Amino acid sequence: MKDRYDLLIIGGGPGGAIAAKTAACKGLSVCLVEKRPAIGVPVRCAEGIGKDILQQFIEPDERWISAEIDRAILVSPDGTSMVLEPQHAGNEVGYVLDRKIFDRELVWQAAAAGADIAVKTRAVAPIMENGKVSGATIESCGEVKNVRAEAVIAADGVESKFARWCGIDTTVPLREIMSCAQYLMTNLTIDPHATVFYFGNSIAPEGYLWVFPKGERSANVGIGITGRKSAPGKRAKDYLDAFVRSHFPDGRTIECIVGGVSVCRPLPCTVADGLLIVGDAARVVDPLTGGGIFNAMYTGQLAADVAAGAIAEGNTLKERLMPYDTTWRCAKLGKNLERNYKIKEFFIGLSDKKLNALAQSVSKINLKEFSTLVLVKELIKRNPGLILDLKALKDAIS
Amino acid sequence: MLKIHREICGYCGACVSVCPEGALELIDAYLTVDLKCKDCSICTRACPLGALEVVDEGQV
Repeated sequence: MKDRYDLLIIGGGPGGAIAAKTAACKGLSVCLVEKRPAIGVPVRCAEGIGKDILQQFIEPDERWISAEIDRAILVSPDGTSMVLEPQHAGNEVGYVLDRKIFDRELVWQAAAAGADIAVKTRAVAPIMENGKVSGATIESCGEVKNVRAEAVIAADGVESKFARWCGIDTTVPLREIMSCAQYLMTNLTIDPHATVFYFGNSIAPEGYLWVFPKGERSANVGIGITGRKSAPGKRAKDYLDAFVRSHFPDGRTIECIVGGVSVCRPLPCTVADGLLIVGDAARVVDPLTGGGIFNAMYTGQLAADVAAGAIAEGNTLKERLMPYDTTWRCAKLGKNLERNYKIKEFFIGLSDKKLNALAQSVSKINLKEFSTLVLVKELIKRNPGLILDLKALKDAIS
Repeated sequence: MLKIHREICGYCGACVSVCPEGALELIDAYLTVDLKCKDCSICTRACPLGALEVVDEGQV
């Protein structure tokens, strides 16, 4: 690792990796630091992603695709199923990834583009000069050194400590952190091409439980509940264990995964002097689904683009980096985040009875476009009786 | 004060994200708490495994 780079990136997940690759391809000197000893592990993810959005960044490769998904099944508290299928059969709509391999591939690509990579290496403090972030104090295997940079990209995930050290409050409210647990299980009898989502206050209060296939007989079986619903004896793991006992008594767990996912609004501002914040660290996870891979890659690429332009001009002050913030906010991504936040707020308040009524109103939907918006519009169309409750929702999507 | 049950902790960082004081820090598989901790217990709720507990000084 050198003492000085154009761009320093904190965190080696998809956001940091795409940022590093993008900047390196533009000829910048880049260093990506990852505090864990390996890229891609431990997994903190249910690994699902839409096919179309993934392809914007990388050509799908069977080495890191665990399963191809062609439909989703939503199960209401009383067991009523709603099947979401693409209008034309045979169109797979999504993938369940193998993040251990996927994340490595992204970082490999960043390295191939010329970025320096340092693992088991963490930022312990920003270097601040006249209020501007000018690098970071880095600890690598016990050795501490200052690494200077024209700009720093904070891609340090849900913990989001780097931006906090720079004076930006990244605290997630307790009601907006999803407390998650997941088992990678095998010996399961499942539909290997369907993702299944279970809803209900006794199954996953204010969240959902998922079964995402990882092969013919394997799946990520996981759950997220809000922090405010989490309590001794009623934690994510407790709900997950109860579900596994009743639904997969013969399943075998080969990996235990835990994590936190923010479902709050994005940070009010994702830039500061010398600093850009991307991905989970910027709180740009989809608040409705909890999905964050694409949003991290999108913001990572955009941040690197803007940083490269700013560095070329010799000005990385906040004002010059602001186009990063305004661009993603005005883009489809930013608009979807706001809309899905409102939809999430609506669904979180629904009783089991209302969830059952919604599921009973439609057993199968053929979706032209596989999106939560199309689903919500369909639910509104078929539930004129629920229109009063749905008004808030209607306002959110109009 | 905050007690970290290391035998339970899954070192996922969910607690770090909700700490209003920035008192928690995850160093790979090792969660640390510093003097900024005010025993508010918010982190104990966010934990998916129940690895965090606010206890009286004497119980540590």
